[in-house]
Amino acid sequence: MVKALNEALRRSLSEDDRTLVLGEDVGKLGGVFRVTEGLQAEFGDKRVFDTPLAEAAIAGVSLGLALAGWRPVAEMQFDGFSYPALDQVISHVAKYRYRSRGRQTVPIVIRIPFAGGIGAAEHHSESPEAYYAHTAGLKVVAPSTPIDAHDLLRASIADPDPVIFFEPKSRYWSKEEGDLDGASALPIGKARVLREGSDCTVIAYGAMVARSLAAARAAAARGTELEVLDLRTLVPLDLDALAASVRRTGRAVVVHEAPLTAGFGAEVVARLMEDAFDCLEAPVLRVTGYDTPYPPATIESHYLPSIERILDAVDRVTNY
Amino acid sequence: MTPAEPSEEPQDALLRVLPSATAGEVDLEALGLKEEDLRELYRLMALTRRADLEATALQRQGELAVYPPLIGQEAAQVGSAFALRESDWIFPSYRELGAALVRGVDLVEYLHFYRATWHGGTYDAREHRFGYVSVPVGSQILHAVGYAMGARLDGDPIVALTYFGDGATSEGDFHEGCNFAAVFRAPVIFFCQNNQWAISVPVSAQTVAPIWKKAEAYGFPGVCVDGNDVLAVHLATREAAARAREDGTPTLIEAVTYRLGPHSTADDASRYQPGEEVESWKARDPLVRYRAWLEGSGLVDQAFVDEVEGEAKSFAAEMRAGVIGSGPRPVEEMFRWVFEDIPPHLARQRDEALRFAAEAEDPEAGIRRA
Ligand SMILES: Cc1ncc(C[n+]2csc(CCOP(=O)(O)OP(=O)(O)O)c2C)c(N)n1
Ligand SMILES: [Mg+2]
Repeated sequence: MVKALNEALRRSLSEDDRTLVLGEDVGKLGGVFRVTEGLQAEFGDKRVFDTPLAEAAIAGVSLGLALAGWRPVAEMQFDGFSYPALDQVISHVAKYRYRSRGRQTVPIVIRIPFAGGIGAAEHHSESPEAYYAHTAGLKVVAPSTPIDAHDLLRASIADPDPVIFFEPKSRYWSKEEGDLDGASALPIGKARVLREGSDCTVIAYGAMVARSLAAARAAAARGTELEVLDLRTLVPLDLDALAASVRRTGRAVVVHEAPLTAGFGAEVVARLMEDAFDCLEAPVLRVTGYDTPYPPATIESHYLPSIERILDAVDRVTNY
Repeated sequence: MTPAEPSEEPQDALLRVLPSATAGEVDLEALGLKEEDLRELYRLMALTRRADLEATALQRQGELAVYPPLIGQEAAQVGSAFALRESDWIFPSYRELGAALVRGVDLVEYLHFYRATWHGGTYDAREHRFGYVSVPVGSQILHAVGYAMGARLDGDPIVALTYFGDGATSEGDFHEGCNFAAVFRAPVIFFCQNNQWAISVPVSAQTVAPIWKKAEAYGFPGVCVDGNDVLAVHLATREAAARAREDGTPTLIEAVTYRLGPHSTADDASRYQPGEEVESWKARDPLVRYRAWLEGSGLVDQAFVDEVEGEAKSFAAEMRAGVIGSGPRPVEEMFRWVFEDIPPHLARQRDEALRFAAEAEDPEAGIRRA
């Protein structure tokens, strides 16, 4: 996935010379995850540059750069370090179009490596997507596979509105067969059924998609066919795909790493109540991180939704 | 030995005490140090060096999740922490194992942060007046300012010292902290270890004006000190603490030093750090330099150096054994300290987590359920 993201940035930088890449250590180092590797050498340090260590400034100057006609792609080094930027993102980036009565768009992408499962130290495993999804004016994207990551990053950079782009760290080293040259980039806002099944839909995004697919394989061995729906974009949410899948299966389980309370799963469940209540055979359940700080990595496996926990929820909805 | 004039260039402004030769007089009285203190400073630096190398080795062997080495910064940490009173507080970032050691923090408990057994480590910050490891860059600066404000309200004559790096001076938290300290006359020592790098970003790309000079704009003294000169660091900190205790004057100390190791064990510094630069700073190794001067001045002999080396070895070995011998915390602890009392929704989650943990340990549980 790192290579796919790198390729998406390279293509966007070469196709549009107004595209900029900025952040901490994105230049010579190529980012702590190497997502921006080689880009400064190729495009120069005026278009791919390290900033001083200040996330609020990175977000705030990205807005200014956008006003000046540039297309900034800013990196927050880790989920847990994106918080100093929240004031700029919530108060200005998200609202600029609105406040300007539509006269001014701010095409900014803020990339955030997110979520856990990589044995990291504190602050390096957080899932802050709900904060952003709750903020009107931001699009929120969270791909699960390398090709989607490439295509959606390209679409995010091309998008006229600000996009918060979540990259699942534990999938950074994942590989996928396929073609990055897909003629037209995948649009933002489209979910995808990754596995068809008739018994229950498992809804996920980011790293939990792979976990849900693994759970589906385990369930199949026990004779339960799970459909796995990868949301890919949280805002705008693909309501049609969501309802269509659950209309087929009549049951749903939502999986995410972020804590339960007011997590994005609550939004998904509410949408299903509104749009598919008549065909639900059981309550929709959530399998999520717990309502605790992200725990120390030596016990993170007890926090993250496991295959067992997903199957347990599936059992409960199918036996309802 | 007085803070430099703000108009001077940083190189000339650099406060130094250790003679550049391996022998030479220093005015111990002016430094407020006794001969035994000089030996203690050496001992603490030597223990720090050894413990830091051991922690790096432990990470390489998979016993720590990650570790940010402090090698090269022993003088900056030991010299400053040693200049404080026991009642003073320290608010560290993540690279201050040396200051923790001076404070008597059990390093196994400290390293639990990096073993990912417990966020913050397992030591009691209040017992040692040594705050928990703080990774969000610059965030701890404000905690020091607030603590100092509170102590001043209480009429408690303590000082709060906060450690941070050159990169941290770019964060708003640093500037806001300086301003608050000045406005409220909070007895704070802003101790910046300028180790020349913020991961891959050199200080020249981080800030244009010298760091210590920024203090002037906030209205308090800024001092630039040779961070590899343990006596100069000690002196600068001692003077800053005296000013703070006197009338709440904050001080910004820039200790010019060098990160001889990678940013962390996850970092490959060879991608950006010029080898010649590293070599030139290795030649200024603070521990080697201090020992050479102590020996040259007849303040220590070979027997003392050997004795400290022996102590450092067993100290590190004990630390290693403590780290390796500790397992993960019980799953139940994940839920225990979220609130004073566990609310019902969280108790439900805890029970669920414990049920799954028990099933995971019982290979037949899954089969039974299936
Ligand atoms: C708010 C925040 N942003 C980014 C990071 C990631 N990060 C950790 S250390 C570091 C560099 C810090 O450099 P400096 O302040 O000079 O301290 P040093 O590591 O050199 O001791 C960065 C960017 C972080 N921990 N916190
Ligand atoms: Mg630094």
